[in-house]
Amino acid sequence: MPNQTFILNGQQVNVDCDDDIRLLWVLRDLLGVTGPKYGCGLNVCKACTSHCNGQAFNPCSVEVGNLQPTDEITTIEGLPATVGKALHPMQEAWLKVDVPQCGYCQPGQIMTAVALVNQLLAAGISTITDADLDSIANVCRCGTYYRIREAIRDGAKAMQS
Amino acid sequence: MSVDDRARPDVGMGQPGGITRRRFFGYLIAAPTLVTAARLGIDLTDPSSAAALPGLPSALPGLPSALPSLPSPSDLVDLNDILTYAADPTANLIAVIINPNGTASFALPRDESGQGITTSSAMLIAEGLDLPLSKINISLAAARPELLFNQFTGGSNTTIATYTPILVAAALARQALLEAAAIELGEEVTDLTTSAGFVYSSSGAKLSYGSLATKAAVMTTSAASVTLKPSSDYTIIGTPQKRIDALAAVTGTKQYTLDVVVPGAMPTMICRAPTINGTVVSVQNAAAVQAMPGITNVVTISTGVAVVGQTFGQCIDAVIALDVTWGPGSVDDLSDADVQAALVAAELPFTVPTLPILAQTIDVDFTFWWKCNSALEPQTAIADVQSDSCQIWSSMQTPILVAESVAAYLGLPVDAVTCNVTEGGGAFGRRMFNNAPMEAVEISQAVGMPVKLMWHRTDEFRYGRVHPACTDHVQANLLLGEVLSFEQRHTGVSTDYTQGFGEILTSLAAQLPDQNFLEYSNTIFETTVNIPYNFGITSQLLAEIYDYDTFHSGSVRNLYNPDVVCARELIVDQIANAMNIDPYTFRSQYLNDSRALAVLDKVATVGKWGRKMKPHTAQGIAVHSEYHGRVAALVEIDCTPTTTNRPLDSCIPDVTGTTGPRVTKVVFAVDVGLAINPLGLQAQMMGGIMDGIGEALTTSLHLQDGAWLEGSWDNYFYTRQWDVPFELDIIVMPPTTGDPGGAGEFGVAASKAAVACAYARATGTLPTSFPINHNEPLQFTPFPYVPPIPQSPDLQPPA
Repeated sequence: MPNQTFILNGQQVNVDCDDDIRLLWVLRDLLGVTGPKYGCGLNVCKACTSHCNGQAFNPCSVEVGNLQPTDEITTIEGLPATVGKALHPMQEAWLKVDVPQCGYCQPGQIMTAVALVNQLLAAGISTITDADLDSIANVCRCGTYYRIREAIRDGAKAMQS
Repeated sequence: MSVDDRARPDVGMGQPGGITRRRFFGYLIAAPTLVTAARLGIDLTDPSSAAALPGLPSALPGLPSALPSLPSPSDLVDLNDILTYAADPTANLIAVIINPNGTASFALPRDESGQGITTSSAMLIAEGLDLPLSKINISLAAARPELLFNQFTGGSNTTIATYTPILVAAALARQALLEAAAIELGEEVTDLTTSAGFVYSSSGAKLSYGSLATKAAVMTTSAASVTLKPSSDYTIIGTPQKRIDALAAVTGTKQYTLDVVVPGAMPTMICRAPTINGTVVSVQNAAAVQAMPGITNVVTISTGVAVVGQTFGQCIDAVIALDVTWGPGSVDDLSDADVQAALVAAELPFTVPTLPILAQTIDVDFTFWWKCNSALEPQTAIADVQSDSCQIWSSMQTPILVAESVAAYLGLPVDAVTCNVTEGGGAFGRRMFNNAPMEAVEISQAVGMPVKLMWHRTDEFRYGRVHPACTDHVQANLLLGEVLSFEQRHTGVSTDYTQGFGEILTSLAAQLPDQNFLEYSNTIFETTVNIPYNFGITSQLLAEIYDYDTFHSGSVRNLYNPDVVCARELIVDQIANAMNIDPYTFRSQYLNDSRALAVLDKVATVGKWGRKMKPHTAQGIAVHSEYHGRVAALVEIDCTPTTTNRPLDSCIPDVTGTTGPRVTKVVFAVDVGLAINPLGLQAQMMGGIMDGIGEALTTSLHLQDGAWLEGSWDNYFYTRQWDVPFELDIIVMPPTTGDPGGAGEFGVAASKAAVACAYARATGTLPTSFPINHNEPLQFTPFPYVPPIPQSPDLQPPA
């Protein structure tokens, strides 16, 4: 059985499994990393959103065999460490606004938000527009969308300070 | 968002319904540490029932007045077991435990799946006990069959049912701590006070609750009484409090069923039939599939073919690889148009007698299409069936019914079945039905090991529960500036109420011929719908078609009112228009309820009703009464071509079609009598508003040849970010009745109605089919039905 290796939340990990298993199941079922949630397995609901080399992606739709040993995967569990704090500013913003209800989508929402803001900041854009927020496809069935918008605007400011 | 500045409760003695300074009865429970308890479901001010030991509950809230004759229940469950449970000294008790470390623990006999009831329950304990919220641990109680009808999460009833018992148990604990402190200090209780987990004496002594916990413990269980503080003294209830589980949610550590580690429980999925209620005839390649990488078992069960494997990814591969011959389903010859025709044909006639010749009649028949609960966490359950016992972990709204059903299925006594209630990733009524736990039990028994079952997202849409399609035929008659009559005929595909009241007797009763309709559908309809206007002769009647199990139906965040109220409020606007009166002014003149008027006025004022709007945009306004509360919504909608024709692929790649109109602003006012947690209440209303927007504009399932076309969130368009209002103001009204009302489902109906009214005014056309885009060309290509689930994409990771 092939050995898969990549960097997960700052640590090189090794796992023996077939190449075609989607990364979400490698994380959840083989490595016990359960922050990324299953919501569809179709790259639609975005509940499993994590980062690969700093960009948002959906591990439900990427085969583990397509990862390079140097690829850096960050899940919600590893997000605070990317800023060297106990909580990422976006998580702090989520708490301030009291965004979650059932909470199931929120790790994915936060990972999407952080990647979006980082992408905008890298392009020299510091103001989050409604169009930016409208582009977020993550489903929240509890309907916390408006609080998510508030929290992203708050979190984006904190990420720049 | 704002909480009305008068929102702090000031309801005191003498307020109607508010807690007055009466004695309330509960128990001190024999235990090594202080445990106090109160009974659910009865009048706690009546010592003969509240503290009687033992005895049957004197009142069963919400139970139909007459239970129909029961089938031989001994075949399924021993009635004596249930009577024994009911007579148990601890029947219907909920208990607050004071731990020696100074914390309090409480096992809530309900399912938390986002409503915020763990937070609001902690607030009640904090209020009654004088203990900081951070020192209160709330867990979800496993199934407790002796609770009978009192472990059923539904109907937005949790806070209504648990408010007083939790307060009483907490206050009894505080009283017992004070009494223990008085002995300890040699002082009078009247010289002692409590604050934030400590007892203080007038002489300056200070004792922690933790130090008193074992001293206050009792050797024998006994009845006790306590006086509750007046609501004017509340310091926690009525204040905005953040969720107690928010940190766990944002760090990914909150545990849902699939995150529970049960040794040996392997990922499990089910290959399902191409049409509703289709059955397995034969499996051609079970051995070959069982030999696939990671797969350990392939087994046919009552609802399909189950596969067990090392990872869910490999289970998906196996489900797709299965070659199954399927038998027909129950509705293979039915599509949307057939159901709509059957509904219209079944509509009950109007009853208004012959009208004066000059009367003007408004007569409209609305259709409301199928809706899916589709919580983001799909149906999940872990089951571990042993020869003499069974353990289940799942988010269950009816855990007692699950335990009783599993016991009957396995031939075990009920107390050999443990149903652990996990927190759910949304429910919306779906987790009232025990499909996933029962399937997991069946599979675990068949394969002889514990299994962790997960439904695929496509399973949720195609094999899950639907809110029935229905029509609302409304007729109003007007004459000389008066509304003579307003009649409404609601006709729906049967709603399955066989969850009963969450246990097996009422579940069995609901399965008897006609009883699902007579005892449940019709009762619930008649007790929840209303016409809150002075409209002369009024009537609202329900008819249903098909049997309760023809479709997999159920409630979806409310039962009838999102549709009934939407139709009603649209016709109210039509009447106002016919009389040439502004819709808000008309409602002000005709509403017959002061609380409804108050919320209506609030949204009209805050939302600037009547402000000048641009072409193709408009405001809409609606009111709704249910769950002992009142709500009103004011909505602004943008139906300009630029907005309506926004391409979806600007938001989601590879999806064709357009977004449709956008609700740009919502002002919402809610009066629940007494808001325990205004912040949590606002959250619930926000969710209801998002549901209302979706149900009015985009969210539905399509039935074609006995199967649902939708298979993904990009087919079933629940509200997404591109639909979200730019402005949203949710106003929590000051306390009115002094007693809490329901919240979970309360936000949907008025929001949906206001969006529909705004759309009608913006476009100048009255929509009669909801969501408004249901009959437009599909914006997606349906997934195949065989295999029943699609393979996950194979994308390259970002470089």
